[in-house]
Amino acid sequence: MVPALALDEVSIRYGSTLAVDRAGFQVEPGRLLALLGPNGAGKTSLLQVCEGFRRPDAGQVRVLGQDPFADRDALMPRVGIMPQGGGGMHPWAKAGELLRLFASYAARPLDVDDLADQLGLRSFLGTTVRRLSGGEQQRLALALAIVGRPELVFLDEPTAGMDVHARHTTWAVIERLRAGGVAVVLTTHLLDEAERLADEVVIINRGRVIAAGSPAALTSSAGMERLRIDADSALPIRKLRQRLPAGVTVAESPPGSYIVDGELDAEVLAGVMAWFAARSARITSIQSQRRTLEDTFIALTRAGAA
Amino acid sequence: MTPLIPAPGRASGRAVLTAHTRFELTLLARRGEAMVLSLVVPIVGMIAVGLTEVIRLPVGDRLSYAVTGAMALAALATAFTSQAIVVGYERFYGVLKRLGASSLSRSGLLISKTAAIGVLVVGQLVAIGLVGVAVGWRPSLWHLLDAVAVTLLAAAAYSGFALMLASVLRPETTTAVATLVYTLLLIGGGVLFPTPALGDGRFLIPVTAHAEALRAMLTAGTFAPGLAWAGLLAWAVAGVAAARITFRWE
Repeated sequence: MVPALALDEVSIRYGSTLAVDRAGFQVEPGRLLALLGPNGAGKTSLLQVCEGFRRPDAGQVRVLGQDPFADRDALMPRVGIMPQGGGGMHPWAKAGELLRLFASYAARPLDVDDLADQLGLRSFLGTTVRRLSGGEQQRLALALAIVGRPELVFLDEPTAGMDVHARHTTWAVIERLRAGGVAVVLTTHLLDEAERLADEVVIINRGRVIAAGSPAALTSSAGMERLRIDADSALPIRKLRQRLPAGVTVAESPPGSYIVDGELDAEVLAGVMAWFAARSARITSIQSQRRTLEDTFIALTRAGAA
Repeated sequence: MTPLIPAPGRASGRAVLTAHTRFELTLLARRGEAMVLSLVVPIVGMIAVGLTEVIRLPVGDRLSYAVTGAMALAALATAFTSQAIVVGYERFYGVLKRLGASSLSRSGLLISKTAAIGVLVVGQLVAIGLVGVAVGWRPSLWHLLDAVAVTLLAAAAYSGFALMLASVLRPETTTAVATLVYTLLLIGGGVLFPTPALGDGRFLIPVTAHAEALRAMLTAGTFAPGLAWAGLLAWAVAGVAAARITFRWE
């Protein structure tokens, strides 16, 4: 099967600045890849290349088996693009006019009324873009990206600025795209969104892919777990710290909440609990937490920045 | 959950062009005040020059000279100056890039934008003609379709250069250049004010060639001079080529 998107050793330069350094990853049909990274990491540059707006300075990009720059005209009907912030929709056009316009570019578009209902656009189809709220513009932009029934969609921060309901509606549409076999590439700053939706996560920092894999693999590969114990505040944790093995940390934050991080095997846990017992601490809650994608992301991108 | 199954494909070229031209016309109509404004200078000039003796003209039929001159001027204002300014800002605000991220091709956008502006220009010329008739102009209608054809040729030339300007300059500079060209041709283009005799060289100035062609066909009722057609055709070919070569989505 031809991958929907394949990047191999892609580098992008702006003058003397290397924005993307030999990045590579692949997306199969019906899979969702979340591209994560701090601001300025190179996500937008990568999307520009994937969308055929510019050539990479080195390496190869294939979109549905074709060159997105050279074969742009042939490819565009097969690709749906949602720019960041719903950008570039004509401010004086009405939402419904834009939706019908983009539908008319396609040979077999989705039913415009159905799509408007699903994304909750109905109430503002007669409103000009410049009068729409940020969340309304985002939903319209998503509709424009998918109305032509593409095989591959690029969603640049699709739920930024949306309220909770709109976010869930958007997630549902994204799930339906994936279920239909559409390959989805999305960027987001919301790591819970990536963890929830993505089959695969690619984390880039300073232009380099620093981690890639499923959310589960990325969160467990660090092997870290976390224990949160709520008890009396201001216990002398310095003494506890001395008894813990290397790599396990303890901190009180906020007061009365003790966070133990590290590889917490049964022996470590027993030692921690015995220490609290020896102080006759009144424990009100104990929670164990798996590391989240957010923890992994922060650890990785911080290490990369150091 | 019903899956959204892909079924990609571009609509026929004709369907895409029709839909996009209609969209561009809708947006042009929504900026109706700008279109009215672009008619004010030609119509006021036409009435001032055509109905009063404030300016000495080389012809006896002042009103015919002024009406056809106003038509050529309006075509320049709309298809060149206004088009360049609007497209320059559309690029600046990312509107063109958004369209670039769709199935609409580069040539599809250029053709649609030019077609929409052509329709609008013909409409404006009809409006000017009706005002002219109201104040006493009596045109010859034998060559009406030829007059429309020569106007579309001029509009294609103007639109091509407008798209080129908007592609290579920043929007502020585009506005300045487009306005300057309009002003220079208003004064020196032989539309409302007489100009020094340039011989056949005058057909190299597009607005002059357009005005003279309209004068021949709508006033004298004769086919326009071949040189006027040739001059406009050359400008149209150059304008379309310039737009095709320079146009950028970003």
